[in-house]
Amino acid sequence: MDDTGTVVAFWILTIVTLGSALSVVIVRNLLHAVLSLILSFVGVAGLYITLSADFVAVAQVLIYAGAISVLILFAMMLTPRTARDNAETFLQGPALMLAGLTAATIAGVAAATDWSEATRGPFATTAEAIGEALLNRYVLPFEIASVVLLVAMVGAIVLVRED
Amino acid sequence: MLFLAHWWDLRDLGNPVAQFLEVLNDHGPGWLPYVASALIGCVAIVLFLVPSQMVIVWAERRLIGRIQARRGPNRTGPWGIFQTIADTVKLLAKEAITTRHVDRWVFWLAPILIFIPGILVFAVVPFGEGMVLADLNVGVLFLAAVGSVNVIIVFMAGWSSNNKYALLGAMREVSMLISYEIPQVLTLLGVVIFTNTMSLSGVVHWQDHYNTWLIFLQPLALVIYFISASVEINRSPTDIAEAESEIVAGYHTEYSGIKFGFFYAGEYFAGFAIAAVMTALYLGGWTFWGLEEWVPGWMIFLGKLYLLFWLFIWARGTLPRLRADQLMAFSWKFLLPLTLVNIFVGGLEVLLWQENDLSAGVVLPVFAVVNVALAVGLSVAWARFLGHARPDLRPRRALLVKELGAIVYGQEF
Repeated sequence: MDDTGTVVAFWILTIVTLGSALSVVIVRNLLHAVLSLILSFVGVAGLYITLSADFVAVAQVLIYAGAISVLILFAMMLTPRTARDNAETFLQGPALMLAGLTAATIAGVAAATDWSEATRGPFATTAEAIGEALLNRYVLPFEIASVVLLVAMVGAIVLVRED
Repeated sequence: MLFLAHWWDLRDLGNPVAQFLEVLNDHGPGWLPYVASALIGCVAIVLFLVPSQMVIVWAERRLIGRIQARRGPNRTGPWGIFQTIADTVKLLAKEAITTRHVDRWVFWLAPILIFIPGILVFAVVPFGEGMVLADLNVGVLFLAAVGSVNVIIVFMAGWSSNNKYALLGAMREVSMLISYEIPQVLTLLGVVIFTNTMSLSGVVHWQDHYNTWLIFLQPLALVIYFISASVEINRSPTDIAEAESEIVAGYHTEYSGIKFGFFYAGEYFAGFAIAAVMTALYLGGWTFWGLEEWVPGWMIFLGKLYLLFWLFIWARGTLPRLRADQLMAFSWKFLLPLTLVNIFVGGLEVLLWQENDLSAGVVLPVFAVVNVALAVGLSVAWARFLGHARPDLRPRRALLVKELGAIVYGQEF
Protein backbone atom coordinates (compact mmCIF):
# COMPACT_ATOMS: atom_id res chain seq x y z
CA MET A 1 0.00 0.00 0.00
CA ASP A 2 3.00 2.29 -0.05
CA ASP A 3 3.11 3.43 -3.65
CA THR A 4 1.15 6.48 -4.66
CA GLY A 5 -0.96 4.73 -7.30
CA THR A 6 -2.52 2.30 -4.86
CA VAL A 7 -3.22 5.01 -2.31
CA VAL A 8 -4.86 7.27 -4.88
CA ALA A 9 -6.89 4.34 -6.25
CA PHE A 10 -7.93 3.36 -2.74
CA TRP A 11 -9.25 6.81 -1.89
CA ILE A 12 -11.05 7.25 -5.21
CA LEU A 13 -12.67 3.82 -4.87
CA THR A 14 -13.61 4.48 -1.26
CA ILE A 15 -15.29 7.75 -2.17
CA VAL A 16 -17.12 6.13 -5.11
CA THR A 17 -18.26 3.16 -3.04
CA LEU A 18 -19.41 5.11 -0.02
CA GLY A 19 -20.92 7.93 -2.06
CA SER A 20 -22.98 5.60 -4.21
CA ALA A 21 -23.95 3.51 -1.17
CA LEU A 22 -25.19 6.67 0.49
CA SER A 23 -27.18 7.67 -2.57
CA VAL A 24 -28.85 4.23 -2.58
CA VAL A 25 -30.51 5.27 0.67
CA ILE A 26 -31.03 8.93 -0.15
CA VAL A 27 -32.34 9.15 -3.72
CA ARG A 28 -36.08 8.95 -4.22
CA ASN A 29 -36.08 7.29 -7.65
CA LEU A 30 -35.90 3.53 -7.31
CA LEU A 31 -34.01 3.03 -10.59
CA HIS A 32 -31.38 5.56 -9.53
CA ALA A 33 -31.05 3.73 -6.25
CA VAL A 34 -30.45 0.41 -8.02
CA LEU A 35 -27.91 1.97 -10.39
CA SER A 36 -26.09 3.51 -7.44
CA LEU A 37 -26.07 0.10 -5.82
CA ILE A 38 -24.41 -1.34 -8.95
CA LEU A 39 -21.80 1.43 -8.90
CA SER A 40 -21.18 0.64 -5.26
CA PHE A 41 -20.66 -3.05 -6.11
CA VAL A 42 -18.16 -2.10 -8.80
CA GLY A 43 -16.35 0.14 -6.34
CA VAL A 44 -16.05 -2.75 -3.90
CA ALA A 45 -14.64 -4.87 -6.73
CA GLY A 46 -12.03 -2.15 -7.29
CA LEU A 47 -11.13 -2.28 -3.60
CA TYR A 48 -10.61 -6.03 -3.92
CA ILE A 49 -8.18 -5.36 -6.77
CA THR A 50 -6.14 -3.00 -4.61
CA LEU A 51 -5.93 -5.91 -2.15
CA SER A 52 -4.62 -8.03 -5.08
CA ALA A 53 -7.63 -10.37 -4.82
CA ASP A 54 -8.38 -10.30 -8.54
CA PHE A 55 -10.47 -13.48 -8.57
CA VAL A 56 -12.73 -12.18 -5.84
CA ALA A 57 -12.96 -8.83 -7.63
CA VAL A 58 -14.06 -10.37 -10.91
CA ALA A 59 -16.47 -12.68 -9.12
CA GLN A 60 -17.89 -9.63 -7.35
CA VAL A 61 -18.58 -7.92 -10.68
CA LEU A 62 -19.97 -11.11 -12.21
CA ILE A 63 -22.28 -12.03 -9.35
CA TYR A 64 -23.26 -8.73 -7.74
CA ALA A 65 -23.08 -6.19 -10.57
CA GLY A 66 -24.03 -8.72 -13.24
CA ALA A 67 -26.52 -11.12 -11.68
CA ILE A 68 -27.93 -9.87 -8.38
CA SER A 69 -28.59 -6.37 -9.66
CA VAL A 70 -30.22 -7.79 -12.78
CA LEU A 71 -32.51 -9.77 -10.49
CA ILE A 72 -33.33 -6.56 -8.60
CA LEU A 73 -34.07 -4.79 -11.89
CA PHE A 74 -36.26 -7.71 -12.92
CA ALA A 75 -38.17 -7.58 -9.68
CA MET A 76 -38.54 -3.82 -10.00
CA MET A 77 -39.89 -4.14 -13.51
CA LEU A 78 -42.40 -6.87 -12.72
CA THR A 79 -43.71 -5.44 -9.47
CA PRO A 80 -47.20 -4.07 -10.12
CA ARG A 81 -46.93 -0.74 -8.36
CA THR A 82 -47.80 2.57 -9.88
CA ALA A 83 -45.34 4.69 -7.93
CA ARG A 84 -41.92 3.10 -7.95
CA ASP A 85 -40.22 5.44 -5.55
CA ASN A 86 -37.60 4.71 -2.96
CA ALA A 87 -39.96 5.53 -0.12
CA GLU A 88 -39.70 4.87 3.59
CA THR A 89 -40.87 1.47 4.69
CA PHE A 90 -41.68 -0.20 7.95
CA LEU A 91 -38.48 -2.22 7.60
CA GLN A 92 -36.27 0.75 8.56
CA GLY A 93 -35.62 -0.49 12.09
CA PRO A 94 -34.60 -4.05 11.16
CA ALA A 95 -32.53 -2.76 8.23
CA LEU A 96 -30.62 -0.39 10.48
CA MET A 97 -30.00 -3.18 12.94
CA LEU A 98 -28.79 -5.55 10.22
CA ALA A 99 -26.51 -2.89 8.75
CA GLY A 100 -25.10 -2.18 12.19
CA LEU A 101 -24.43 -5.87 12.82
CA THR A 102 -22.73 -6.26 9.43
CA ALA A 103 -20.55 -3.23 10.04
CA ALA A 104 -19.63 -4.54 13.49
CA THR A 105 -18.70 -7.95 12.03
CA ILE A 106 -16.51 -6.40 9.35
CA ALA A 107 -14.87 -4.08 11.86
CA GLY A 108 -14.21 -7.02 14.17
CA VAL A 109 -12.62 -9.06 11.37
CA ALA A 110 -10.56 -6.08 10.24
CA ALA A 111 -9.30 -5.53 13.77
CA ALA A 112 -8.47 -9.21 14.23
CA THR A 113 -6.60 -9.51 10.93
CA ASP A 114 -2.84 -9.12 10.91
CA TRP A 115 -2.39 -6.62 8.09
CA SER A 116 1.40 -6.58 8.10
CA GLU A 117 2.65 -8.56 5.14
CA ALA A 118 6.00 -9.17 6.83
CA THR A 119 4.59 -11.39 9.58
CA ARG A 120 1.61 -12.90 7.80
CA GLY A 121 2.68 -13.38 4.21
CA PRO A 122 0.37 -12.73 1.24
CA PHE A 123 -3.21 -14.00 1.23
CA ALA A 124 -4.01 -17.00 -0.96
CA THR A 125 -6.49 -15.26 -3.22
CA THR A 126 -5.93 -17.06 -6.51
CA ALA A 127 -8.70 -19.06 -8.13
CA GLU A 128 -6.76 -22.25 -7.42
CA ALA A 129 -6.42 -21.60 -3.70
CA ILE A 130 -10.09 -20.63 -3.38
CA GLY A 131 -11.17 -23.74 -5.28
CA GLU A 132 -9.01 -25.96 -3.06
CA ALA A 133 -10.41 -24.35 0.06
CA LEU A 134 -14.02 -24.70 -1.12
CA LEU A 135 -13.66 -28.37 -2.00
CA ASN A 136 -11.50 -29.44 0.94
CA ARG A 137 -11.72 -27.41 4.09
CA TYR A 138 -15.06 -25.69 3.50
CA VAL A 139 -16.79 -28.44 1.57
CA LEU A 140 -19.69 -28.71 4.02
CA PRO A 141 -20.79 -25.03 3.87
CA PHE A 142 -20.30 -25.17 0.11
CA GLU A 143 -22.57 -28.19 -0.25
CA ILE A 144 -25.14 -26.74 2.14
CA ALA A 145 -25.23 -23.56 0.08
CA SER A 146 -25.81 -25.54 -3.10
CA VAL A 147 -28.59 -27.57 -1.47
CA VAL A 148 -30.24 -24.35 -0.28
CA LEU A 149 -30.09 -22.97 -3.81
CA LEU A 150 -31.54 -26.19 -5.19
CA VAL A 151 -34.40 -26.07 -2.69
CA ALA A 152 -35.11 -22.46 -3.62
CA MET A 153 -35.15 -23.36 -7.30
CA VAL A 154 -37.46 -26.35 -6.83
CA GLY A 155 -39.70 -24.23 -4.61
CA ALA A 156 -39.95 -21.51 -7.22
CA ILE A 157 -40.91 -24.05 -9.87
CA VAL A 158 -43.50 -25.68 -7.60
CA LEU A 159 -44.99 -22.27 -6.75
CA VAL A 160 -45.60 -21.22 -10.34
CA ARG A 161 -46.52 -24.57 -11.85
CA GLU A 162 -50.00 -24.46 -13.21
CA ASP A 163 -51.11 -28.10 -13.36
CA MET B 1 14.57 1.27 -35.97
CA LEU B 2 14.49 3.38 -32.85
CA PHE B 3 13.70 0.83 -30.17
CA LEU B 4 14.30 -2.52 -31.88
CA ALA B 5 17.28 -4.83 -32.17
CA HIS B 6 16.10 -6.29 -35.49
CA TRP B 7 13.69 -4.85 -37.98
CA TRP B 8 11.66 -8.04 -38.06
CA ASP B 9 10.80 -7.64 -34.40
CA LEU B 10 8.21 -5.20 -35.70
CA ARG B 11 5.98 -8.11 -36.75
CA ASP B 12 4.76 -8.31 -33.17
CA LEU B 13 3.73 -4.78 -32.31
CA GLY B 14 4.19 -5.65 -28.65
CA ASN B 15 7.98 -5.67 -29.12
CA PRO B 16 8.50 -1.98 -29.95
CA VAL B 17 6.06 -1.01 -27.20
CA ALA B 18 7.92 -3.16 -24.69
CA GLN B 19 11.23 -1.63 -25.76
CA PHE B 20 9.76 1.86 -25.53
CA LEU B 21 8.47 1.14 -22.03
CA GLU B 22 11.88 -0.13 -21.00
CA VAL B 23 13.43 3.12 -22.20
CA LEU B 24 10.83 5.04 -20.19
CA ASN B 25 11.53 2.87 -17.17
CA ASP B 26 15.25 3.64 -17.35
CA HIS B 27 14.92 7.37 -17.85
CA GLY B 28 11.67 8.43 -16.21
CA PRO B 29 9.84 8.30 -12.91
CA GLY B 30 8.47 4.96 -11.71
CA TRP B 31 4.84 5.56 -12.58
CA LEU B 32 5.52 6.65 -16.18
CA PRO B 33 5.67 3.14 -17.79
CA TYR B 34 2.29 2.21 -16.25
CA VAL B 35 0.54 5.34 -17.48
CA ALA B 36 2.23 5.07 -20.88
CA SER B 37 1.31 1.41 -21.36
CA ALA B 38 -2.30 2.09 -20.40
CA LEU B 39 -2.48 5.02 -22.82
CA ILE B 40 -0.84 3.10 -25.68
CA GLY B 41 -3.13 0.12 -25.10
CA CYS B 42 -6.32 2.20 -25.02
CA VAL B 43 -5.38 4.21 -28.10
CA ALA B 44 -4.42 1.03 -29.98
CA ILE B 45 -7.70 -0.67 -29.11
CA VAL B 46 -9.78 2.31 -30.22
CA LEU B 47 -7.63 2.70 -33.34
CA PHE B 48 -8.45 -0.89 -34.18
CA LEU B 49 -12.15 -0.74 -33.29
CA VAL B 50 -13.34 2.42 -34.99
CA PRO B 51 -11.95 1.84 -38.51
CA SER B 52 -12.93 -1.85 -38.33
CA GLN B 53 -16.43 -0.83 -37.42
CA MET B 54 -16.61 1.65 -40.32
CA VAL B 55 -15.50 -0.98 -42.82
CA ILE B 56 -17.50 -3.87 -41.39
CA VAL B 57 -20.75 -1.91 -41.34
CA TRP B 58 -20.35 -1.26 -45.04
CA ALA B 59 -19.29 -4.86 -45.73
CA GLU B 60 -22.20 -6.21 -43.74
CA ARG B 61 -24.73 -4.10 -45.61
CA ARG B 62 -23.28 -5.15 -48.94
CA LEU B 63 -23.15 -8.82 -47.95
CA ILE B 64 -26.65 -8.87 -46.54
CA GLY B 65 -27.83 -7.16 -49.69
CA ARG B 66 -26.16 -9.95 -51.61
CA ILE B 67 -27.76 -12.63 -49.42
CA GLN B 68 -31.20 -11.06 -49.73
CA ALA B 69 -30.94 -10.61 -53.51
CA ARG B 70 -30.72 -6.81 -53.48
CA ARG B 71 -27.86 -4.44 -54.12
CA GLY B 72 -27.12 -2.81 -50.80
CA PRO B 73 -25.55 0.66 -50.62
CA ASN B 74 -23.86 1.38 -53.93
CA ARG B 75 -24.17 5.13 -54.55
CA THR B 76 -21.54 6.84 -52.39
CA GLY B 77 -18.16 6.15 -53.96
CA PRO B 78 -17.14 2.98 -55.78
CA TRP B 79 -19.26 0.05 -54.48
CA GLY B 80 -20.66 2.47 -51.94
CA ILE B 81 -17.60 2.33 -49.70
CA PHE B 82 -18.17 5.84 -48.32
CA GLN B 83 -21.66 4.93 -47.16
CA THR B 84 -20.62 4.57 -43.51
CA ILE B 85 -18.94 7.97 -43.53
CA ALA B 86 -22.02 9.55 -45.06
CA ASP B 87 -24.22 7.84 -42.46
CA THR B 88 -22.00 8.98 -39.61
CA VAL B 89 -22.15 12.57 -40.82
CA LYS B 90 -25.92 12.25 -41.13
CA LEU B 91 -26.25 10.89 -37.59
CA LEU B 92 -24.05 13.69 -36.24
CA ALA B 93 -26.07 16.34 -38.02
CA LYS B 94 -29.46 15.03 -36.93
CA GLU B 95 -31.22 16.47 -33.96
CA ALA B 96 -30.72 14.44 -30.78
CA ILE B 97 -34.23 14.59 -29.41
CA THR B 98 -34.92 14.17 -25.73
CA THR B 99 -38.58 13.50 -25.25
CA ARG B 100 -40.58 14.79 -22.32
CA HIS B 101 -40.72 12.95 -19.00
CA VAL B 102 -37.65 10.88 -19.69
CA ASP B 103 -35.28 10.13 -16.87
CA ARG B 104 -32.78 12.65 -18.17
CA TRP B 105 -29.57 11.50 -16.49
CA VAL B 106 -30.01 7.83 -17.19
CA PHE B 107 -31.26 8.57 -20.69
CA TRP B 108 -28.06 10.43 -21.56
CA LEU B 109 -25.75 8.11 -19.69
CA ALA B 110 -26.84 4.88 -21.40
CA PRO B 111 -25.52 5.58 -24.95
CA ILE B 112 -22.16 6.62 -23.51
CA LEU B 113 -21.82 3.61 -21.23
CA ILE B 114 -22.80 1.16 -23.99
CA PHE B 115 -19.22 1.30 -25.34
CA ILE B 116 -17.58 0.27 -22.10
CA PRO B 117 -18.14 -3.52 -22.05
CA GLY B 118 -17.13 -3.98 -25.68
CA ILE B 119 -13.92 -2.02 -25.25
CA LEU B 120 -13.07 -3.51 -21.84
CA VAL B 121 -13.07 -7.03 -23.28
CA PHE B 122 -10.21 -6.10 -25.59
CA ALA B 123 -8.01 -5.32 -22.59
CA VAL B 124 -7.47 -9.04 -21.99
CA VAL B 125 -7.50 -10.22 -25.62
CA PRO B 126 -4.07 -11.26 -26.93
CA PHE B 127 -3.73 -9.91 -30.46
CA GLY B 128 -0.22 -11.36 -30.71
CA GLU B 129 2.27 -13.07 -28.49
CA GLY B 130 3.17 -9.85 -26.66
CA MET B 131 0.20 -7.77 -27.74
CA VAL B 132 -2.08 -7.89 -24.75
CA LEU B 133 -2.89 -4.87 -22.63
CA ALA B 134 -3.60 -6.66 -19.35
CA ASP B 135 -2.90 -10.38 -19.21
CA LEU B 136 -5.19 -11.07 -16.26
CA ASN B 137 -4.87 -14.52 -14.77
CA VAL B 138 -8.65 -14.56 -14.34
CA GLY B 139 -9.22 -13.43 -17.93
CA VAL B 140 -11.99 -15.90 -18.78
CA LEU B 141 -13.97 -14.95 -15.71
CA PHE B 142 -13.36 -11.30 -16.52
CA LEU B 143 -15.02 -11.85 -19.91
CA ALA B 144 -18.09 -13.32 -18.26
CA ALA B 145 -18.22 -10.47 -15.76
CA VAL B 146 -17.89 -7.72 -18.36
CA GLY B 147 -20.42 -9.37 -20.66
CA SER B 148 -23.01 -9.43 -17.91
CA VAL B 149 -22.77 -5.66 -17.40
CA ASN B 150 -24.06 -4.98 -20.91
CA VAL B 151 -27.61 -5.80 -19.92
CA ILE B 152 -27.75 -3.12 -17.23
CA ILE B 153 -26.92 -0.44 -19.78
CA VAL B 154 -29.57 -1.70 -22.17
CA PHE B 155 -32.02 -1.73 -19.30
CA MET B 156 -31.08 1.84 -18.40
CA ALA B 157 -31.85 2.92 -21.96
CA GLY B 158 -35.15 1.08 -22.10
CA TRP B 159 -36.43 2.07 -18.69
CA SER B 160 -35.47 5.74 -18.82
CA SER B 161 -37.09 6.30 -22.24
CA ASN B 162 -40.59 6.41 -20.75
CA ASN B 163 -41.89 4.43 -23.69
CA LYS B 164 -43.80 1.17 -23.67
CA TYR B 165 -41.88 -0.35 -26.55
CA ALA B 166 -38.57 0.62 -25.02
CA LEU B 167 -39.63 -0.93 -21.74
CA LEU B 168 -40.70 -4.12 -23.48
CA GLY B 169 -37.32 -4.25 -25.19
CA ALA B 170 -35.54 -3.75 -21.89
CA MET B 171 -37.59 -6.44 -20.24
CA ARG B 172 -36.88 -8.87 -23.05
CA GLU B 173 -33.18 -8.07 -22.83
CA VAL B 174 -33.05 -8.75 -19.11
CA SER B 175 -34.95 -12.03 -19.33
CA MET B 176 -32.82 -13.07 -22.30
CA LEU B 177 -29.61 -12.36 -20.45
CA ILE B 178 -30.72 -14.34 -17.41
CA SER B 179 -31.41 -17.29 -19.70
CA TYR B 180 -28.28 -17.17 -21.82
CA GLU B 181 -25.64 -16.14 -19.33
CA ILE B 182 -25.64 -19.58 -17.76
CA PRO B 183 -24.81 -21.61 -20.92
CA GLN B 184 -22.31 -18.93 -21.93
CA VAL B 185 -20.33 -19.07 -18.70
CA LEU B 186 -20.56 -22.86 -18.52
CA THR B 187 -19.10 -23.26 -22.01
CA LEU B 188 -16.15 -21.11 -20.97
CA LEU B 189 -15.65 -23.57 -18.13
CA GLY B 190 -15.07 -26.34 -20.69
CA VAL B 191 -12.10 -24.40 -22.06
CA VAL B 192 -10.69 -23.85 -18.57
CA ILE B 193 -10.99 -27.56 -17.76
CA PHE B 194 -8.78 -28.45 -20.73
CA THR B 195 -6.22 -25.66 -20.56
CA ASN B 196 -6.00 -25.45 -16.76
CA THR B 197 -5.61 -21.68 -16.98
CA MET B 198 -7.98 -18.72 -17.08
CA SER B 199 -5.59 -16.32 -18.77
CA LEU B 200 -6.45 -15.78 -22.42
CA SER B 201 -2.86 -15.80 -23.60
CA GLY B 202 -2.37 -18.89 -21.47
CA VAL B 203 -5.18 -20.57 -23.42
CA VAL B 204 -3.58 -19.53 -26.73
CA HIS B 205 -0.19 -20.82 -25.56
CA TRP B 206 -1.80 -24.14 -24.60
CA GLN B 207 -3.26 -24.46 -28.09
CA ASP B 208 0.11 -23.53 -29.56
CA HIS B 209 1.92 -26.07 -27.40
CA TYR B 210 -0.35 -29.00 -28.27
CA ASN B 211 -0.77 -27.91 -31.88
CA THR B 212 -4.50 -28.20 -31.58
CA TRP B 213 -7.26 -25.66 -31.51
CA LEU B 214 -9.95 -26.00 -28.92
CA ILE B 215 -12.61 -25.94 -31.63
CA PHE B 216 -11.76 -29.61 -32.17
CA LEU B 217 -11.87 -30.50 -28.50
CA GLN B 218 -14.89 -28.33 -27.66
CA PRO B 219 -16.99 -28.10 -30.84
CA LEU B 220 -20.29 -28.14 -28.96
CA ALA B 221 -19.08 -25.43 -26.61
CA LEU B 222 -18.07 -23.21 -29.51
CA VAL B 223 -21.51 -23.47 -31.11
CA ILE B 224 -23.27 -22.81 -27.81
CA TYR B 225 -20.98 -19.89 -27.06
CA PHE B 226 -21.63 -18.45 -30.49
CA ILE B 227 -25.39 -18.63 -30.00
CA SER B 228 -25.43 -17.23 -26.49
CA ALA B 229 -22.97 -14.51 -27.42
CA SER B 230 -25.12 -13.42 -30.32
CA VAL B 231 -28.04 -13.23 -27.89
CA GLU B 232 -25.98 -11.16 -25.52
CA ILE B 233 -24.96 -8.62 -28.14
CA ASN B 234 -28.47 -8.45 -29.59
CA ARG B 235 -27.78 -9.46 -33.13
CA SER B 236 -30.39 -10.87 -35.41
CA PRO B 237 -31.74 -13.64 -35.39
CA THR B 238 -31.75 -13.24 -31.61
CA ASP B 239 -32.36 -9.50 -31.45
CA ILE B 240 -35.78 -9.71 -29.83
CA ALA B 241 -34.84 -6.80 -27.55
CA GLU B 242 -34.95 -4.47 -30.56
CA ALA B 243 -37.15 -6.46 -32.93
CA GLU B 244 -38.25 -3.78 -35.38
CA SER B 245 -41.22 -5.76 -36.67
CA GLU B 246 -42.66 -6.20 -33.18
CA ILE B 247 -41.66 -3.38 -30.84
CA VAL B 248 -40.47 -0.54 -33.15
CA ALA B 249 -36.80 -0.50 -32.16
CA GLY B 250 -36.95 -1.95 -28.68
CA TYR B 251 -34.83 -0.28 -26.06
CA HIS B 252 -33.51 2.46 -28.35
CA THR B 253 -36.88 3.54 -29.75
CA GLU B 254 -36.58 7.03 -28.27
CA TYR B 255 -32.98 7.60 -29.27
CA SER B 256 -32.29 9.71 -32.31
CA GLY B 257 -29.27 11.12 -34.06
CA ILE B 258 -25.84 10.27 -32.74
CA LYS B 259 -27.30 8.73 -29.58
CA PHE B 260 -28.79 6.02 -31.75
CA GLY B 261 -25.45 5.89 -33.58
CA PHE B 262 -23.73 5.13 -30.28
CA PHE B 263 -25.97 2.13 -29.72
CA TYR B 264 -25.37 1.00 -33.27
CA ALA B 265 -21.59 1.30 -32.94
CA GLY B 266 -21.64 -0.24 -29.46
CA GLU B 267 -23.34 -3.30 -30.88
CA TYR B 268 -20.51 -3.72 -33.39
CA PHE B 269 -17.86 -3.22 -30.73
CA ALA B 270 -19.47 -5.93 -28.63
CA GLY B 271 -19.64 -8.14 -31.71
CA PHE B 272 -15.92 -7.69 -32.38
CA ALA B 273 -15.25 -8.42 -28.73
CA ILE B 274 -17.17 -11.69 -28.90
CA ALA B 275 -15.43 -12.66 -32.14
CA ALA B 276 -12.06 -11.84 -30.59
CA VAL B 277 -12.84 -13.95 -27.54
CA MET B 278 -13.89 -16.89 -29.68
CA THR B 279 -10.75 -16.49 -31.79
CA ALA B 280 -8.52 -16.59 -28.74
CA LEU B 281 -10.34 -19.36 -26.90
CA TYR B 282 -11.37 -21.73 -29.66
CA LEU B 283 -9.49 -20.86 -32.85
CA GLY B 284 -5.95 -20.69 -31.52
CA GLY B 285 -5.63 -16.90 -31.40
CA TRP B 286 -2.50 -15.76 -33.21
CA THR B 287 -1.26 -19.28 -33.99
CA PHE B 288 -1.70 -20.99 -37.32
CA TRP B 289 0.42 -24.17 -37.23
CA GLY B 290 3.69 -22.48 -38.14
CA LEU B 291 2.38 -19.68 -40.29
CA GLU B 292 2.85 -17.27 -37.39
CA GLU B 293 6.61 -17.56 -37.99
CA TRP B 294 6.16 -15.79 -41.31
CA VAL B 295 3.08 -13.64 -40.95
CA PRO B 296 2.60 -11.21 -38.04
CA GLY B 297 0.48 -12.88 -35.39
CA TRP B 298 -1.97 -10.02 -35.13
CA MET B 299 -2.77 -10.33 -38.84
CA ILE B 300 -3.69 -13.99 -38.35
CA PHE B 301 -5.73 -13.01 -35.30
CA LEU B 302 -7.61 -10.31 -37.18
CA GLY B 303 -8.19 -12.66 -40.11
CA LYS B 304 -9.83 -15.18 -37.82
CA LEU B 305 -11.79 -12.43 -36.08
CA TYR B 306 -13.27 -11.10 -39.31
CA LEU B 307 -14.03 -14.64 -40.47
CA LEU B 308 -16.01 -15.23 -37.29
CA PHE B 309 -17.77 -11.91 -37.70
CA TRP B 310 -18.75 -13.03 -41.17
CA LEU B 311 -20.60 -15.90 -39.47
CA PHE B 312 -22.59 -13.34 -37.50
CA ILE B 313 -23.40 -11.49 -40.71
CA TRP B 314 -24.37 -14.72 -42.42
CA ALA B 315 -26.66 -15.74 -39.58
CA ARG B 316 -28.24 -12.30 -39.63
CA GLY B 317 -28.85 -12.42 -43.34
CA THR B 318 -30.25 -15.93 -43.44
CA LEU B 319 -32.14 -16.82 -40.31
CA PRO B 320 -35.56 -15.46 -39.30
CA ARG B 321 -35.93 -13.88 -35.89
CA LEU B 322 -36.98 -16.18 -33.10
CA ARG B 323 -40.01 -15.53 -30.94
CA ALA B 324 -39.27 -14.45 -27.38
CA ASP B 325 -40.62 -17.60 -25.75
CA GLN B 326 -38.86 -19.83 -28.30
CA LEU B 327 -35.58 -18.15 -27.47
CA MET B 328 -36.01 -18.70 -23.72
CA ALA B 329 -37.09 -22.31 -24.15
CA PHE B 330 -34.11 -22.93 -26.42
CA SER B 331 -31.71 -21.80 -23.74
CA TRP B 332 -33.22 -23.64 -20.79
CA LYS B 333 -34.34 -26.83 -22.46
CA PHE B 334 -31.73 -27.30 -25.16
CA LEU B 335 -28.51 -25.43 -24.48
CA LEU B 336 -28.26 -25.82 -20.70
CA PRO B 337 -28.41 -29.66 -20.56
CA LEU B 338 -25.99 -29.92 -23.47
CA THR B 339 -23.53 -27.58 -21.76
CA LEU B 340 -23.64 -29.64 -18.58
CA VAL B 341 -22.96 -32.82 -20.59
CA ASN B 342 -20.14 -30.99 -22.35
CA ILE B 343 -18.50 -30.08 -19.04
CA PHE B 344 -18.92 -33.63 -17.78
CA VAL B 345 -17.34 -35.12 -20.91
CA GLY B 346 -14.51 -32.59 -20.87
CA GLY B 347 -13.74 -33.26 -17.22
CA LEU B 348 -13.81 -37.01 -17.77
CA GLU B 349 -11.41 -36.75 -20.69
CA VAL B 350 -8.96 -34.54 -18.82
CA LEU B 351 -9.06 -36.93 -15.86
CA LEU B 352 -8.40 -39.91 -18.14
CA TRP B 353 -5.53 -38.05 -19.76
CA GLN B 354 -3.88 -36.74 -16.62
CA GLU B 355 -4.36 -39.72 -14.34
CA ASN B 356 -3.03 -42.27 -16.83
CA ASP B 357 -0.17 -40.07 -18.08
CA LEU B 358 -1.14 -40.66 -21.69
CA SER B 359 0.76 -38.96 -24.47
CA ALA B 360 -0.98 -35.84 -25.78
CA GLY B 361 -0.24 -36.74 -29.38
CA VAL B 362 -2.40 -39.86 -29.10
CA VAL B 363 -5.09 -38.66 -26.74
CA LEU B 364 -6.00 -35.32 -28.25
CA PRO B 365 -6.89 -36.61 -31.74
CA VAL B 366 -9.01 -39.35 -30.15
CA PHE B 367 -10.74 -36.79 -27.94
CA ALA B 368 -11.29 -34.56 -30.96
CA VAL B 369 -13.00 -37.31 -32.94
CA VAL B 370 -15.06 -38.40 -29.95
CA ASN B 371 -16.10 -34.87 -29.12
CA VAL B 372 -17.11 -33.92 -32.65
CA ALA B 373 -19.16 -37.10 -32.90
CA LEU B 374 -20.67 -36.47 -29.48
CA ALA B 375 -21.50 -32.88 -30.38
CA VAL B 376 -23.41 -33.87 -33.49
CA GLY B 377 -25.01 -36.93 -31.90
CA LEU B 378 -26.04 -35.19 -28.70
CA SER B 379 -27.60 -32.19 -30.41
CA VAL B 380 -29.57 -34.38 -32.80
CA ALA B 381 -30.64 -36.83 -30.11
CA TRP B 382 -31.65 -34.12 -27.65
CA ALA B 383 -33.57 -32.23 -30.32
CA ARG B 384 -35.41 -35.43 -31.24
CA PHE B 385 -36.14 -36.07 -27.57
CA LEU B 386 -37.63 -32.60 -27.22
CA GLY B 387 -39.61 -33.18 -30.39
CA HIS B 388 -38.06 -30.36 -32.42
CA ALA B 389 -36.63 -32.14 -35.42
CA ARG B 390 -39.46 -34.05 -37.07
CA PRO B 391 -37.88 -35.33 -40.28
CA ASP B 392 -41.25 -36.29 -41.76
CA LEU B 393 -42.41 -32.67 -41.63
CA ARG B 394 -39.23 -31.23 -43.06
CA PRO B 395 -38.83 -30.68 -46.78
CA ARG B 396 -35.84 -32.54 -48.18
CA ARG B 397 -34.48 -29.41 -49.80
CA ALA B 398 -35.13 -25.70 -49.64
CA LEU B 399 -38.24 -24.72 -51.58
CA LEU B 400 -38.22 -21.66 -53.77
CA VAL B 401 -40.95 -19.09 -53.40
CA LYS B 402 -42.31 -19.76 -56.86
CA GLU B 403 -42.59 -23.48 -56.20
CA LEU B 404 -44.91 -22.68 -53.32
CA GLY B 405 -47.07 -20.70 -55.71
CA ALA B 406 -46.40 -17.23 -54.35
CA ILE B 407 -46.33 -14.01 -56.32
CA VAL B 408 -42.94 -12.50 -57.13
CA TYR B 409 -42.75 -8.89 -58.27
CA GLY B 410 -46.41 -8.91 -59.28
CA GLN B 411 -45.76 -11.69 -61.73
CA GLU B 412 -47.62 -14.93 -61.25
CA PHE B 413 -45.81 -18.23 -61.63
